[in-house]
Amino acid sequence: MGITFRKETFRDDFTFKNSPEHIRRFPFPFNEDSYMYAVNIEPHVVGPKGSVLENLIDVDEHYVAEMQDRALVLAEDPLRCQSLAHMTLAGWDLLELLMEQQALGYPEHFTLERNGDRWRWINRPLGIDDTFTFGDTSTLPYGPMEYITRQSQGDFCILDQRDGNLWMDAGMVTTQADWSLDFDIGMNFFEWHAPVPLAHEKGIFTRALKFLTNIQQGKPARRLNWTMTINPRLDTSPENYHKWGPDRATVTPENVGQKVHLRVELQSFWRLPRSNAIVFPIRCYLIKMDELVTQPKWARRLHRVIRDLPEELATYKGLTRYRPTLVEWLSKLDDGSPTSPGFGPD
Amino acid sequence: MAAKTIISRPVYGTLSPRPGKHHLFIADAEGALAITNMAGKAPSGFFDGAEIVFIPGPEGKHVAALEALKPMQLHIAPSFASLLPRLKQTLTNAHMGLRLYLAGTEGLIGQAMQVALEAGIDHTSIETEHRGSLARRVQCVHCKGITENVTTQPATCSHCGLLLLVRDHYSRRLAAFQGVCINAEDRSESPPIEEVFR
Repeated sequence: MGITFRKETFRDDFTFKNSPEHIRRFPFPFNEDSYMYAVNIEPHVVGPKGSVLENLIDVDEHYVAEMQDRALVLAEDPLRCQSLAHMTLAGWDLLELLMEQQALGYPEHFTLERNGDRWRWINRPLGIDDTFTFGDTSTLPYGPMEYITRQSQGDFCILDQRDGNLWMDAGMVTTQADWSLDFDIGMNFFEWHAPVPLAHEKGIFTRALKFLTNIQQGKPARRLNWTMTINPRLDTSPENYHKWGPDRATVTPENVGQKVHLRVELQSFWRLPRSNAIVFPIRCYLIKMDELVTQPKWARRLHRVIRDLPEELATYKGLTRYRPTLVEWLSKLDDGSPTSPGFGPD
Repeated sequence: MAAKTIISRPVYGTLSPRPGKHHLFIADAEGALAITNMAGKAPSGFFDGAEIVFIPGPEGKHVAALEALKPMQLHIAPSFASLLPRLKQTLTNAHMGLRLYLAGTEGLIGQAMQVALEAGIDHTSIETEHRGSLARRVQCVHCKGITENVTTQPATCSHCGLLLLVRDHYSRRLAAFQGVCINAEDRSESPPIEEVFR
């Protein structure tokens, strides 16, 4: 019993949707009826069966379509995947991690065979069967980071650790929430987070950096982040903002349910063994409002969160233009009754 | 009201003489005054081991003041672009003890620092002092073209023509501020253009 991969698009006709099972497993990011930044980092350990945490690297029904969308983005703009010269070893570390985790979690879809440095990688959903020499870049069609992240859902940033800081020195970033790898590559932790409002003053980044620089091998950590996206568009890059920005002006009371999507990032943090770098996968989950409100608790809670969100955060997340329409639509699904504790649906 | 700034925005100091025998100054226009001011604090013989590279700019001032410091070498360049091959050569061949001082416009400091970073010099070891124009180098995040000497907010990309919000977010690697389309969500909006970076 493997995953049935959906044929769908994240652009043009936007045929993306979640199956009923995937709606129930959506990583809803609010455990109470309001939201403010916090250092919400916890150990990345395996969670309940059927949740997105069943495996530490999650593969879902959108896998094949997401990889096709990534290939389209890279063909248009190769700068979305970059690695500074000293990061190749970290790329091999990442290749090992993702092959191991995907083969472990989904043996019906992925197989990794190792014979010394001679490795064979079989990726059945994408029709790949490659044999290569671990550590020898000339035996792969791309650099190791690009090779494996063309076959793994989510964006990936590899952070070099030196001088007590983390440096964004490599990445594959095609499904980002409006930040540019090409602009931010080479920056340290504080610099690439510079545009985020409120959090610096709260000391969030100082504490987060301290935590991240202490992450140990074999003990990954995770946190959730969220924003909203109009249409199920994975590529909401600043590079293409002038192309997708107009979507934000198309929200009407009639189309909220289909157009407006909650976008959740499951961010995890892993120490890599050879390079001592940190890899930071940013896995993006999308759910349209019509799907989300099939869970009445989520509908009530999302209404309260969006209604009460501080203005700076709403602006930063780009909600300003359609927030009133969205809040009005959600208010009809909120009878004012209490919500149960925790993230999950009732 | 003072503009609220962010962490990636470069912070400049005041040049001060560092210990060492080899000093390289790169300056443009009023940046020369940062060097002459610093000279008052420098130990005697400091400029015997100093090279000054200076781009006077259109007003052509301050050359005599720099000559009066009697540096080991004074090189006058007509533009940063013309200086680039020499600068790359100097920094690539520089030995460990070289001290680097940058003074003048943000564009000059940023571009000289970019060359220094590529030569493996750590940015925190470089002395900087901002003098003169606040005009910015701006990279359009959409077409990746760099527009020089941006003085307005918003500003038009000189490559693709989009109207850009000039952010404080700055990349040392690109030596540029980030420009993002300001009316992407509704192209019919045309916010007023104000001269703010002078």
